[in-house]
Amino acid sequence: MSKKKKKEQPEVYRKKLIKRRKPNRSIVGDIFLYLFLVLVAVVMVFPIVYAVNNAMKPLDELFMFPPKIFARNPTFDNFSDLFVTMGKSWVTFSRYLFNTVFITVVGTAGHLIIASMGAFVLAKYDFPGNKTFFGLVTVAMMFSGYVTAIPNYLIINALGWVDTYWAIIIPAFASPMGLFLMKQFMEGLPMSLIEAAKIDGASEWKVFYGIVMPNVKPAWMTLIIFSVQALWNNKAATFIYSEERKTLVYALQQIQSGGIARTGQAAAVLVVVMIVPILIFVFSESQILETMASSGLKD
Amino acid sequence: MKDFFRKYMILRRQNTQIAIKKAKRSKMCYAFLAPYAILFTLFYILPVVTSIFFSFTYYNILESPRFVGLQNYISLILEDDIFLIGIKNTFMIAVITGPLGYIMSFLFAWLINELPRWVRSIAVVIFYAPSIAGNCYVIFSVFFRGDAYGYVNALLIDLGIIDAPILWLINPDYMLPICMLVILWMSLGTGFLSFVAGLQGVDKSQFEAGYMDGVKNRWQELWYITLPNMKPMLMFGAVMAITQSFGVCDVTMALCGYPSTDYAARTVVTHLFDYGYSRFEMGYASAIATMLFLIMILCNKAIQSMLRRVGT
Repeated sequence: MSKKKKKEQPEVYRKKLIKRRKPNRSIVGDIFLYLFLVLVAVVMVFPIVYAVNNAMKPLDELFMFPPKIFARNPTFDNFSDLFVTMGKSWVTFSRYLFNTVFITVVGTAGHLIIASMGAFVLAKYDFPGNKTFFGLVTVAMMFSGYVTAIPNYLIINALGWVDTYWAIIIPAFASPMGLFLMKQFMEGLPMSLIEAAKIDGASEWKVFYGIVMPNVKPAWMTLIIFSVQALWNNKAATFIYSEERKTLVYALQQIQSGGIARTGQAAAVLVVVMIVPILIFVFSESQILETMASSGLKD
Repeated sequence: MKDFFRKYMILRRQNTQIAIKKAKRSKMCYAFLAPYAILFTLFYILPVVTSIFFSFTYYNILESPRFVGLQNYISLILEDDIFLIGIKNTFMIAVITGPLGYIMSFLFAWLINELPRWVRSIAVVIFYAPSIAGNCYVIFSVFFRGDAYGYVNALLIDLGIIDAPILWLINPDYMLPICMLVILWMSLGTGFLSFVAGLQGVDKSQFEAGYMDGVKNRWQELWYITLPNMKPMLMFGAVMAITQSFGVCDVTMALCGYPSTDYAARTVVTHLFDYGYSRFEMGYASAIATMLFLIMILCNKAIQSMLRRVGT
């Protein structure tokens, strides 16, 4: 679109446009701000770089004095040790991995669908109980999870879900944060878009998945990241007690707490637990940075 | 007076009738909301209500709860000195890290938004990584280790600023600042990412219009165009910031130990955890949770009314 426009314009005018690409910006201010950003970025990333380096240090370097930040002879021994230790437990590594992946995928998918449906009507329609329900959702996030764990357990026990995956998955469907996020994003969508679709004969369901959802793609990518992150880090220790249904993070952190002999492996665990959500984030990030349709209509 | 009540009742009845009619017309809305509403009631509202009920009882998980009235609240406020320490610490952490983390989240999201696309995606990953990195914050206990092996101590001794290692995580003077530092490091989380996503949705033509109308610099642009457009996300970020900054306990427990020296790093949630899971006094723990809940709701109300004034 913009390229076409530029071509149509006369030569002199184009030069001027390139020069003043962004109005209201001064070069000095830009340089100053970006230097500041770089500085903060270095501080932010330093502990993570350190954690990765730590995992690559052989054991003697981990206890060296004075401590060094970068590994001198980086190895992957810690990671291979970790696999050996995991292999010794009677539940296999792949089983733990399956548990986590199953919980994460099903939980996130269900949460996305159910929360978006709820958010859609809360954001775009006015019906009795709308404001009250949304108020409850925002407020419910603020109650401490440690205390509700007991009533939650009683409810899940009554449903007969203790020691099954559903004890983690189904409550994750109703996580308030997802609904809140989706609702806030859908509010920005113009109502005229929905009305136009309705006049063209689209059903409510069609409006939802054909018009609303594609337009708030950054929002649901964000929701997926939040949900994956929460479920990946879910240790699930309260509801699931048979070892073969426990999650990978739980098993890894058991190894991590194995004392000083496992210092190297503990460092490796830290990296493994950390790297997966970061990788998922890196791959889905480009979708978040996509521009969201805020109009799509000419008023 | 009687007449007034009668009129009021008629008005109420009419209002309910209108509401019922409206509800009948918007069946489809309820159908869409139903799956979420049912699960939410079951797994969020019901537990919260039960917990509030438990807060008026003596409940040790094994025996059935025994009603004690306001006893839990009375002893919480009047007799429990450690709770007051917890409240003080939580407020310190919340007042400093909450607003600071929130402003940082927005500021960085906004600054990053102007970068070219590939730089932007790297920057988002770098800033967001600490909060997504699970329990990576335990790394800080290595940095701030009390002996000369700790990086901070080693560095300070090398520079000649101190001559003996400082017990960073055991000395009550240093605990809270260090915890705040770590929390700030992780604070570019949920709110930050929703700001990044939300900034993509701001209509570009509004900036051009603003330029025509005499917006002079980037700060005016921020206040008059970007912020009003971002209001829904700002609300979301604020709620997340409140829940996170008042709910701090993982970081303090991992870094300063549980219990910490002189309870210097005790937060309300740590206190709650102590009563609920070490002493099994669930009724008392529920009272603590209810108190925290009320404080957070008040705080939320105040912040929402502040946010309404943004950009005017």
